[in-house]
Amino acid sequence: MTAIAEVPIETLIACHQCDALHRAAEPPTGGKARCRRCGTVLIAPRRGALVRVLAMAITVAVLMLGATFFPFLGITAAGVTNESSVFDAALAFSAGPMVGLSIAVAALIVFVPLLRMLLLIYVLGPLAAGRAAAPQAAWAFRTAEALRPWSMAEIFLIGVAVALVKVAGLATVVLGPAFWMFVALVIVAVLKDGYMCRWSIWQALERSAR
Amino acid sequence: MPVVDLAGAGTVGAVTGAVTGAAISARDAGLVACTRCTRVWPQGQARCGRCGSRLRSRDLHSMQRVWAWWAAGLLAYVPANLYPMLRTHTLFTTQENTIVGGAVELAAGGSLGVAAVILIASVAIPVGKFGAIAFLAISIHGRQRHSGHRRHRLYEMVEFVGRWSMIDVFVVAILSALVQLGSLVSIRPGPAAVTFALSVVFTMLSAQSFDSRLIFDQTGQEQDAA
Repeated sequence: MTAIAEVPIETLIACHQCDALHRAAEPPTGGKARCRRCGTVLIAPRRGALVRVLAMAITVAVLMLGATFFPFLGITAAGVTNESSVFDAALAFSAGPMVGLSIAVAALIVFVPLLRMLLLIYVLGPLAAGRAAAPQAAWAFRTAEALRPWSMAEIFLIGVAVALVKVAGLATVVLGPAFWMFVALVIVAVLKDGYMCRWSIWQALERSAR
Repeated sequence: MPVVDLAGAGTVGAVTGAVTGAAISARDAGLVACTRCTRVWPQGQARCGRCGSRLRSRDLHSMQRVWAWWAAGLLAYVPANLYPMLRTHTLFTTQENTIVGGAVELAAGGSLGVAAVILIASVAIPVGKFGAIAFLAISIHGRQRHSGHRRHRLYEMVEFVGRWSMIDVFVVAILSALVQLGSLVSIRPGPAAVTFALSVVFTMLSAQSFDSRLIFDQTGQEQDAA
């Protein structure tokens, strides 16, 4: 048994879900270190993760810009056509008292995911290049993490699938280029989350700050 | 007091508490943990020196926030089901659909799978979430029959699944933007879209306010599962 007093405080890690105290030790690359009490994954380093996550964050940010403004979906019925971009969908509530909902929807499906990626690029860029962390990098990463539950691009995509079924009976649907960009960005974003080991990034930031 | 190693970390030389004893919490060791970056600090420190988050050993005011957001979410959920989510204007008619009405119509049209998605995301998840959060919030008082592990799994589910209720709001947004074919057919959002979105946001805030570490404080004496 190792007594607490013998262990330096910076080598300890507490589970953020249940507060169980552990000695931090990195598992082999590709492995996962879990909390002994509740099983939450606390450390999961992957080979070349910094560079890959950075590359994926840039990819998602670029795709998001394209996916927002290019035509997303179009419908035709009896010779009448209408095209809509993701931005139009976000502005669907902008008439009258529902403006607030429009702003919220735009935030959830475009601005928050985009802001998260920009913050990640800001944090990981210098680290991946082997340079000192950017000023306020800890704040940037903390904000990116806090925004995670509010980034709903993948949920929007399921909403699109449901809407397509509803519209199919009314009109002919055309999938625009932005639709495929959006599908791609959701896939890359999910892969990126699987690659990102938060503990490793915090450690890198702490080392860089010293 | 013993410190355990992480499961799967594969270090040698340290004795784990997994077989004989229970894990100790940072608070029992006189420390305060950062819930954002998992760094540990001496008790009494106000902010995490690594990530800058506010440190609280246990958030004692959190239950008030949990219940306040919970009640607000429930209040918003009632009109969300009573008022129309969608208004469909065709050449001569205007049709209004509530959440459940829209799902029933989809099911009647043969799209059973999509109707199920809507019913699960807009009815089953929100209702289950209200029950689950209330159960967890009550369960941290007094002795518990349900183990910390089971309650923690429930909490993780609530956190993970809650955001998916937004699906129906996005469906309304897409339909309203897309289906604008002049007098032929046009779809407009109904007031329920606003109250439903508010209800989802409020319940997400309620779940986020809950300090999951409280679940394990009473069960500290329990045997470890890992």
